[in-house]
Amino acid sequence: MRMINHHPGRVSATLLGLLPFLLIMLVYSLASQERLAENPNDKLLPGLEQMTAAVERMAFQEDRRSGDYLMVQDTTASLARLGMGVGIAALLALVVGILNGVLPLVRANLAPLVSALSMVPPLAILPILFIVFGLGELSKVMLIVIGTAPIMMRDVAQRVRELPGEQLIKIQTLGANSWQVITRMALPQVLPRLIDAVRLSLGPAWLFLIAAEAIASTEGLGYRIFLVRRYLAMDVILPYVIWITILAIVIDQCLRLTNRRLFPWYNAGGH
Amino acid sequence: MSFITVNNLWKEYGDQVVLENLNLSVKQGEFCTLVGASGCGKSTFLKMLLGQETQSRGELLLEGEAFPGEPDRNRGIVFQRYSVFPHLTVRQNVLMGLELEQKPWLGKLFGSARREALEKVDAMLESVGLSPSANKWPHELSGGMQQRLAIAQSLIMRPRVLLLDEPFGALDPGIRGDMHDLLLKLWQETGTTIFMVTHDLKEGFYLGTRLLVFDKVRNDPHDPQAFGATITYDLPIGQTDRKLYEDINQSVSETARNQAA
Repeated sequence: MRMINHHPGRVSATLLGLLPFLLIMLVYSLASQERLAENPNDKLLPGLEQMTAAVERMAFQEDRRSGDYLMVQDTTASLARLGMGVGIAALLALVVGILNGVLPLVRANLAPLVSALSMVPPLAILPILFIVFGLGELSKVMLIVIGTAPIMMRDVAQRVRELPGEQLIKIQTLGANSWQVITRMALPQVLPRLIDAVRLSLGPAWLFLIAAEAIASTEGLGYRIFLVRRYLAMDVILPYVIWITILAIVIDQCLRLTNRRLFPWYNAGGH
Repeated sequence: MSFITVNNLWKEYGDQVVLENLNLSVKQGEFCTLVGASGCGKSTFLKMLLGQETQSRGELLLEGEAFPGEPDRNRGIVFQRYSVFPHLTVRQNVLMGLELEQKPWLGKLFGSARREALEKVDAMLESVGLSPSANKWPHELSGGMQQRLAIAQSLIMRPRVLLLDEPFGALDPGIRGDMHDLLLKLWQETGTTIFMVTHDLKEGFYLGTRLLVFDKVRNDPHDPQAFGATITYDLPIGQTDRKLYEDINQSVSETARNQAA
C-alpha cells in the first residue's frame, strides 16, 4: 500500500502527536543530567528541580523587595497590553476593512494607504513610538496596534469582497440602502472571519509585546525574560517561555470556541 | 402603453457585440422565458432589466420611464446560487426585506411590528412549502429548498418584475418539475411580470406565456464576437408545434457550436 493511503487510528494518531514532545523532553533531561553531574551549579540546562524552585519563587512567594508575586504581576501586565493592543487593532480592522470592502470610493481612497502601512516593519518604527508616546503603556500598546491592524484591515476587506456578488445584488433588490448593506449583510458575515484574523494575528502581537517590553518596561513577561538573562537564569526563562506558550494556546482555543458558539452557521459550512 | 418597452437596444463591450438591435414590448403580468446558447446575451439582458448593466445604445423603458440604474425593491431576483443569506435562518431571510423597508437605520423590527411582519413571512413560507424548515439555516436545506427560499424572499416584497437567472439549473430533474408547478402557482397568485433565463429549451416551452429565443442571425466564423445576438423568435406559448421546436433547437445548437469554435 502507498504511504499516502496509510491513515493512523485515533489512539495511534494521539501517540504519534505526543511522541515529538516526549522526545524533546527526553533529550533535554539527558543533557541536563549530564551537565549537572559534572557541575551541580550549571545554569545552562537546569533540571526540573531548579525550574520548579524558580516557579515557586517567582509565582507563589512575595518578592522580597517589592512584596509582589512577580510572575502574576508580569502576566497581568502583559495580558493587559496584549488585550488592549489586539482589541483596538481588531476594532480598527473591522471599521476600515468593512468600509474598504463595501464602498468603492473609500476603497479607492484608503486601500493603497493600508497596503503601504502593512509593509512598514513595525519594529523599525518602535523608536518613533517611544519618542512620540513616551516609555509608558501607550507606546507598547501602539506597537501591537500598528503591527497587527493593517494586515487585519486588509484581511477583513478581502473577506467582505469574497462575499458572493449575488448577495450584494439580492439585498439591493430587497430595498437596502448602503448602511443596511453594511449592518445586515457585511458586518454579521465578517465577524466570525474577524475572529479568525485575530487568531492569526496573535503570533505577531506576542512578538511585538515582548520586543517592546524587552526594551523599555518595569514589568511584564518579556521584561522579566530579558532581565534575568543577565544572570543566565535559564531556570526562570524556560518556565516563562512555556507559560507564554500555554497562554497563547489557551487564548487561541477560547477564540475558536467563541467563534463556534456565536456563529453556528459559519462553522457548519454555511458560507 | 406597454409595461416594458425595448427600442433598438444594443450592448457592446469594446469590439465585442453582445446584443444587437433588440426590440420588444411586454405587457404587465406576462411570464417570459428567455432561451438561447451561452454567450447570446440573455443573462446580459436580464442584468439590464435588473439595473446591474446599462445599454450601449437604445432605450429600455418601464412604463415609459428609463430603468433605474441600480437594483431596487421593485425588481426581485433569484440567481442559480448564493441568493440567500447564510447567516440568517429561513424565517429571518424572508423577514429581511420587510425589516429593511420599515427601518432604514436599525434594519430590524421589534415587538408588535415584528409579530405582524412575521405573520406575513409565515404565510409566504406556507405557500412555498417551507413552513417545516422555518427555523433552519440555509446550509441545512437542499438546493431546491434554497431556491424556494430565494423566491419567497423576493416575492414578499411584491416586486413589479421578478427576474430569474437559470433558477433551476442546478437542481435534479424531479425537483425541477415541482419547482415549475410552484412558480406557476405563485405567478398566478401574485400576477407579477416574470422574466426567466433558462438553458433548457423544454422548460422555456412549458413555462410561461411567451418564449423569447436569443440567437445570432449572422455569424463570422473567423471572429465569433463580431456580431451580436438578437431575439429571433418571439412566440406565445401554447401555439407552438413539434417542427418549430426542432427548428429552434437546431439553430440554437448551431450557434453554440460556432461560439465554441
